[in-house]
Amino acid sequence: MTQKLVIIGAGMAAGRVLDHLTDAGGDWDITLFNAEPRGTYNRIMLSPVLSGEKTFDEIVTHDDAWYADKGVATKFGVKVTEIDSAAQIVRGDDGSETAYDKLVFATGSNPFIIPMPGHDLDGVVAYRDLEDTEAMMALTEGQKAVVIGGGLLGLEAAAGMAARGVDVTVVHLMGHLMERQLDEPAGYLLRKALVDKGITVKCSANSKQILGENGKVKALQLDDGTELPCDLLCMAVGIRPSIALAQENGLAVGRGIHVDDQMRTSVENIYAVGECVEHNGDIFGLVAPLFDQAKVLAKVLQGEEAEFVNREVSTKLKVTGCDLFSAGDFADGDDREDIVFRDPARGVYKRLVLKEDKIIGAVMYGDTADGNWFYGMIKDGTDVSEMRDTLIFGPAYQGGTAEDPLSAVAALPDDAEICGCNGVCKGDIVKAINAGATDLGAIKATTKASASCGTCSGLVEQVLAVTLGDDFVMPTAEPMCGCTDLTHEDVRLLIKSKELKSMPAVMQELGWKTSCGCHVCRPALNYYLLADWPEDYIDDPQSRFINERKHANIQKDGTYSVVPRMFGGMTTPDELRAIADAADKYNVPTVHVTGGQRIDLLGVKGEDLPAIWKDLNDAGMVSGHAYAKGLRTVKTCVGKDHCRFGTQDSTGLGIKLEKALWGSWTPHKVKLAVSGCPRNCAEATCKDIGVVCVDSGYQIGVAGAAGMDVKETERLADVATEQEVMDLATAFMQIYRENAKYLDRPYKWVAKVGLDWVKEQIVDNVEERNALIERFKISQKIYQKDPWAEEAADKADQYEPIANLVLEAAE
Amino acid sequence: MSTWTDIGPLDAVRRRGARIIKAPGQDLAVFRTIDDQVFALVNACPYRQGPLSEGIVHGTLVTDPLYNWVISLETGEAQGADEGRVDTFPVKVEGGRILLDTSSIYQRQAA
Ligand code: SRM
Ligand SMILES: Cc1cc2nc3c(=O)[nH]c(=O)nc-3n(C[C@H](O)[C@H](O)[C@H](O)COP(=O)(O)OP(=O)(O)OC[C@H]3O[C@@H](n4cnc5c(N)ncnc54)[C@H](O)[C@@H]3O)c2cc1C
Ligand code: SF4
Ligand code: FES
Repeated sequence: MTQKLVIIGAGMAAGRVLDHLTDAGGDWDITLFNAEPRGTYNRIMLSPVLSGEKTFDEIVTHDDAWYADKGVATKFGVKVTEIDSAAQIVRGDDGSETAYDKLVFATGSNPFIIPMPGHDLDGVVAYRDLEDTEAMMALTEGQKAVVIGGGLLGLEAAAGMAARGVDVTVVHLMGHLMERQLDEPAGYLLRKALVDKGITVKCSANSKQILGENGKVKALQLDDGTELPCDLLCMAVGIRPSIALAQENGLAVGRGIHVDDQMRTSVENIYAVGECVEHNGDIFGLVAPLFDQAKVLAKVLQGEEAEFVNREVSTKLKVTGCDLFSAGDFADGDDREDIVFRDPARGVYKRLVLKEDKIIGAVMYGDTADGNWFYGMIKDGTDVSEMRDTLIFGPAYQGGTAEDPLSAVAALPDDAEICGCNGVCKGDIVKAINAGATDLGAIKATTKASASCGTCSGLVEQVLAVTLGDDFVMPTAEPMCGCTDLTHEDVRLLIKSKELKSMPAVMQELGWKTSCGCHVCRPALNYYLLADWPEDYIDDPQSRFINERKHANIQKDGTYSVVPRMFGGMTTPDELRAIADAADKYNVPTVHVTGGQRIDLLGVKGEDLPAIWKDLNDAGMVSGHAYAKGLRTVKTCVGKDHCRFGTQDSTGLGIKLEKALWGSWTPHKVKLAVSGCPRNCAEATCKDIGVVCVDSGYQIGVAGAAGMDVKETERLADVATEQEVMDLATAFMQIYRENAKYLDRPYKWVAKVGLDWVKEQIVDNVEERNALIERFKISQKIYQKDPWAEEAADKADQYEPIANLVLEAAE
Repeated sequence: MSTWTDIGPLDAVRRRGARIIKAPGQDLAVFRTIDDQVFALVNACPYRQGPLSEGIVHGTLVTDPLYNWVISLETGEAQGADEGRVDTFPVKVEGGRILLDTSSIYQRQAA
């Protein structure tokens, strides 16, 4: 028997119900109402229509021919205003009455309009349907638009209009964009991307009223009085399920129309589907669950068994040109923990929310490739405890048969030394844990383990894990220090994005918990600021470790060592004589040939520093920065001038490199070497940057190490000319300077960002390479100065005692 | 009885910095905080005698330049897990000059 089916609303959910019903070939007499004067189209594709990438026709999913073919009677442009559920009749605003056996609400949502003065002016639109989109498309180049709302829809509207040359300002109430999905640093990334598109973004901005002229919008006024002139105002501040009709007609509603697992409402023969429903307390805003509902409803209408289960949804969201992915649940909670990965340089941010060893939410910005993998694990409720440490890096880092590192630590005896620097044994750490220490910070504070070089922190954490068992959660992002909860990466990112150019600005804007920082954060901040704003920031010697403040290495007895630069490891008899004279004159107890091809004068008294520097300066020598997080040495071999195997002028190239790079400050020290042939006598293959000359040119390696870790360099590029070596080495220095965490040597930093990324930036992308070189040069204009000469000239008094009470006592 | 001795102008010490005072027996260090408070301590960390005058000053604390002990400028006490104390001396600023109470210094010397 043919049944009469009436559907209210021809949105995406209704469209899908119809697809299923007509496919199933049931015997239905269907009437479809839609307040919009058209049938179903792909609403989520309105943004490409707005930006001009697609036409509206391309996003229509059900056209007139389709309805005719399937025998669906359409009442488009007709709004249903009343339902008589006893008589089973619906009335439309065209005065029509239509009888039903089954009735489906698919009324979707209404955009929320803030009822502020002026909201009903002409030119105030939402972003929901084709009419809104067309209003925005009618703007011409150079006209002004204001968008209220920095969530997904608002930003899509803004990006779409900006793509048409409209001058767009986004006004957002919260401190950063998309605050529900992104935290502050990531919100800044997004903001930056939008600003790059020419969009003005105002956060923490509260709208007061919309000003009009002749009934038409003229400007938005903020509550601080600012007026933002506009020809159109788009309000994209959220949606509300469209429930008025249901409520007026006696259906049970909460935030949405209440439905059970079969999409049945509280009234017999009436169903609801889509964004208008509330199911088990959930309401909906994305299409995936709506499509599930549509499938269930179609089955239920056909008399089949089906039930709707709300699953986790994921979305790959695209704010034109910015990759975002989000899935699951992100709310904070005591029972949840975050794993966060950021790569400021690439503008990548990833966050996983874990609960009881399962991922319950994932947000990604910039690189969303692994989104589906995480989504799969959310859906499946996969236990991730085994891969927790590498989880955030994605599937590429999983697999293999990783043995349990904890069992080895568990087996260690109590007197096994865990921290070599501070002589702390496993037993000491266990004792501290039993006395209440539950994390690395507390262990550091109570036992000193991991408080020095830090290489043992992994072991300390494993002892924590073994001892505390499930109570221990491996820390993820460690804050910079006790003065802030932000990580180094966060801080670097915020310094750039918020344009913070002084230490007080950083501490104020980022909410430092101490008045003037501490010995951990201040040197790092000083570095970040001078590296990011060489021309604006003034170096702060009081925020540097003593070695960099006094331009010499402090010794255990409080004396200093002095190492003049010997470019490329080359020296002259005159220089050697001057060094010898200085050693005599200042009673230097020890003269040592360093591992860096130069000479170290050890045991110089602090007060003598300016004088010995002056003598060395007079002989033409400058500071070797043997104390600096900066360029140390460029070791070379004798090369083709002398050696029978030499292929290129390794010594000459080393000198050129050192002359170009000396004086620059870096996140950690940087050492180079140039060898004349693959026999590699200058040990170039374990340097931060190492060049090996070959017949055809130069092999440039980076990210080597030979200190606490030993690691061979990785090949950055093979090039033919010295100039290319200079360019790539300079660009590498600068990209490292701009991006690495303070105290990460290049090999540690490259391990985080990946050599491929570095190559993309400086080898493949010539423009970026040149820009980096340019920025390095700007910095060198300010920082390539011999600090010895400067200090000896006008700060020498600081090296003297302020007073001498010994003399006084004698008097 | 206090013996206030003029050590030098306040401006001779950088904010968040220190200068050494040569004194009988042991060097002292006079510190100046960011808000112009001054403190005088023996210039040696209780742990391996690192010269505190060369440390980073933060708040009313100084960090030992050799081994990162953090010492209170007010009390001379080591902070955190470390145990130890540095002698402190009364010091004040008057008319832009730093005045140190040297009585206890000479007493120490005499003792
Ligand atoms: C003077 C010198 C030893 C020598 O007499 O040969 C030396 C001396 C010190 N090194 Fe070094 N290193 C010296 C070459 C090296 C080398 C070899 C090289 O440069 O070819 C290495 C291994 C290569 C490398 O850096 O990868 C080396 C790896 C280290 C490390 C470990 C770095 C790492 O990232 O793993 C440290 C610790 C640190 O920097 O945090 C260190 C730290 C130190 C310090 C600064 C320790 C300190 O903070 O007080 C030493 C200062 C001694 C002093 O009192 O003056 N030194 N150090 C060498 C100076 C070279 C120069 O001319 O500038
Ligand atoms: C610009 C934009 C971009 C989006 N991007 C995404 C995205 O990337 N991913 C994603 O998952 N989701 C996205 N969405 C959300 C998605 O479009 C909605 O979840 C989905 O369209 C909701 O479908 P629905 O059928 O429930 O409601 P709708 O599609 O809103 O349809 C409801 C229809 O019912 C009609 N109606 C209401 N009341 C009556 C009445 N009384 N009588 C007659 N007709 C009535 C309305 O006119 C409307 O046409 C986006 C939305 C917009 C606006
Ligand atoms: S690097 Fe050499 S000089 Fe320095 S602390 Fe280690 S062993 Fe001593
Ligand atoms: S081994 Fe523990 S801090 Fe160096």
